[in-house]
Amino acid sequence: MAKAVVRIGLVALGLVWGAFVAQTALADEVKRYVVEGSPAAERESCVEPTETMRRMHMEFIKHQRVSTVHEGIRGTKYSLTGCVDCHISYDENRNPRPIDQPDQFCGACHNYAAVDLNCFDCHASVPNRPGADAEAAHRAAGVVGRVASTPSQGGR
Amino acid sequence: MKRVVYREWRIPPERYWSLLGFLAALIGIAALSFGYMEHQGHWVSGMNNSVVWGTPHVFAVFLIIAASGALNIASIGTVFKKPIYKPLGRLSGLLAVAMLMGGLLVLVMDLGRPERLIVAMTNYNFSSIFAWNIFLYTGFMAIVIAYLWSMADRQGGPFNYPIGILALVWRLALTTGTGSIFGFLVARQAYDAAILGPMFVALSFAYGLAVFMLVLMFGFEEEGRPIGPRMMRRLRNLLALFIGIALYFTLIYHLTNLYMAKHDSLEHWLLLSGGIYTVLFWVGWILVGSLAPMWILYHPALSQKREWIIGACALVIVGGFSAMYVIIIGSQAFPMAMFPGHTILESGFADGVNGAAAPYWPTIPEILLGIGGVAVALLITAVGVRVLQFMPESLADDVVAPDEETLDAAPFAKPA
Amino acid sequence: MNENATRIASTSDETPASTVDAGRRGFIGTAAGLSAAALVAPGVFLHSVSADPRTEPVTDSVRWGLLIDTAKCADGCSACVDACNRENGLDLQEPHGSESKWEHQKAVWIRKVKLQDNQTGRITNLPMMCQHCEHPPCVDVCPTGASFKRADGIVMVDRHLCIGCRYCMMACPYKARSFIHQPTTGQLTAVPRGKGCVESCNLCVHRRDNGEESTACVDACAQEGHGAIVFGDLKDPDSTISQRLREIPSRQIREDLVLNTGVRYAGV
Repeated sequence: MAKAVVRIGLVALGLVWGAFVAQTALADEVKRYVVEGSPAAERESCVEPTETMRRMHMEFIKHQRVSTVHEGIRGTKYSLTGCVDCHISYDENRNPRPIDQPDQFCGACHNYAAVDLNCFDCHASVPNRPGADAEAAHRAAGVVGRVASTPSQGGR
Repeated sequence: MKRVVYREWRIPPERYWSLLGFLAALIGIAALSFGYMEHQGHWVSGMNNSVVWGTPHVFAVFLIIAASGALNIASIGTVFKKPIYKPLGRLSGLLAVAMLMGGLLVLVMDLGRPERLIVAMTNYNFSSIFAWNIFLYTGFMAIVIAYLWSMADRQGGPFNYPIGILALVWRLALTTGTGSIFGFLVARQAYDAAILGPMFVALSFAYGLAVFMLVLMFGFEEEGRPIGPRMMRRLRNLLALFIGIALYFTLIYHLTNLYMAKHDSLEHWLLLSGGIYTVLFWVGWILVGSLAPMWILYHPALSQKREWIIGACALVIVGGFSAMYVIIIGSQAFPMAMFPGHTILESGFADGVNGAAAPYWPTIPEILLGIGGVAVALLITAVGVRVLQFMPESLADDVVAPDEETLDAAPFAKPA
Repeated sequence: MNENATRIASTSDETPASTVDAGRRGFIGTAAGLSAAALVAPGVFLHSVSADPRTEPVTDSVRWGLLIDTAKCADGCSACVDACNRENGLDLQEPHGSESKWEHQKAVWIRKVKLQDNQTGRITNLPMMCQHCEHPPCVDVCPTGASFKRADGIVMVDRHLCIGCRYCMMACPYKARSFIHQPTTGQLTAVPRGKGCVESCNLCVHRRDNGEESTACVDACAQEGHGAIVFGDLKDPDSTISQRLREIPSRQIREDLVLNTGVRYAGV
């Protein structure tokens, strides 16, 4: 009886470990979903350390959305507009790919983890006439001028 | 008084399973319809920005108020202590829970974002009667389950009376709350009336009893259990009385509206020129749903025949759906009175141009959704009476408790 | 553009046959350049107005409102409606069903209404939108609290909480709310909107929070030259709207409901 319990426990442990490894492996894949060639792509993390973001991004988003909708506060570093603006990727024709598709930044991990991603039922999945929110968000995160959509003084 | 024996419903298995299969098929179709409507969006339904609540809500509200009314029978036995109703208490409770679940399911399936039900369960705005209704409905189910326990379990006996009173009061609050969903709204001419709460209570009595009687008679007929003439007399007189009470509230509601100049246009439209709504009101609600059943139930010859009583119950239910359609959909179709004394010549949002009512026609997905709710209610009832002892073995005259003598009846000789 | 024109003109000096062509070419080039600049300029202008996203929570020290002078509202003009549709991305949707269904199911945040007095025959035109009541019935009836009134008086829907029950649409005395009946695509970043939730005019709250001066409908009406809608802070006695409200008689629509709307109408 005890042997069976130990065996089952080891199997469970192995599965959990495997899941974490797979997630890290897959996560390395998506790490490059920042606008290609921009200086922001070289950074390890900008809004929060990567591991913190991976685990806590919904917490940040949940609190941010209350303060945006009910208090009108915009342009903090947790702004969803900022996320989309920076982590969007473009195809060969410079058209943005919707960020919730299964091979894009948000979609890849969410697809793997089977977590429903219905933010983009309402929110724009590509930057679409973004207002000053995106720029302010980048400024708050310290990356303004390093993101393709907010050129630095030289301009593109 | 003879001891009442309750027994499971023992119709032949083929018959039972084909009934379940039929109900399950209806539920399956409703589930497909729900999936379709949720995936595509509500554009596939007939509901629009003018008529926002449609056929699913007609079914749902009917089921909910019939659920409340079905519990009436149990209350008459427990709270008002009429022994002849006592054997019917368990089935009454089961039917109440079953229909409430069916009605709530239809409401949830019709939400714009049904996956957010958990949000509705965790965020409450207590100035909203809807938020209160969530507690009233779930509380009702818990109380009725406790009520059933107190009726069935020997240890529950002492609790039967207090739980019965709680169930009665809760039920009245629930039905008044359902009516107040509409009665509290200032926006529309047909609402904004305190009478809607009590009117829904009156309607619930009639609809609940009609459904109960149909289920009872069907269940007993299928297995050959007898319902004696005394029981039938009580039930049909009660139904006729309830229809009369409902008719009274309807009359007061409309007469009051007719008296007020500001509600003139609504009443003239509804009673005379509202197209389908006028037909449904006069033919569906008044004629078919109220006057015809009352005539049948009080008729000296017809009221003695089971088929005619079943017909009367069915007519009441048809009338109930017509009433819900008029109250819920008709009131939305009638244009809002934003500019009294003016006629709207043009509008970008269907504000009732030249007094035209907003368009609405039921569509298949909505009807299937509603039927699914009814099927869920009947499935729960069918499984319940088969598996547990809800139905009394016999309601024949020599088994049921004696009831009061009436002045015009022949002297009643008690059996030895 | 000008350099191009002169460059072409100078290189073609050697060939007399194309001198006339070069002149025309230069003229057309300059004209095209100027008109392109003129077309783009209004958009650039609108979006270059101050971009200061709010960093402090809104307070009730202001109360936003509108004053609509129906005498100035022109018959047949729909500038405010078109501007609102463009500003909020309402014009981006394609109907899934029939045209007649779309007419009744499409979202409308502001609409034009034309009335005639039954007794006198006088015609009035006015735009109708969410009235931003002080005691909003829609806020009272929302079971989850998604329909709410912000501290600065704007009544709006928190779509994160909305379950799509449409009770607020039943309750609104002005039929201001719309339900989104089909999946949305291509939404604007500034105005998230999606299937299954209810929405209404929010006084261009994204403009509000980014420090812009007024709403799209007000700007469009002014641009058309009518100036029928005035936007401003009802709590500020010196604002344009407060001054106008003191000058001309105005009322709330359905004032018998005593909702103390933030939108007032003059001349109806």
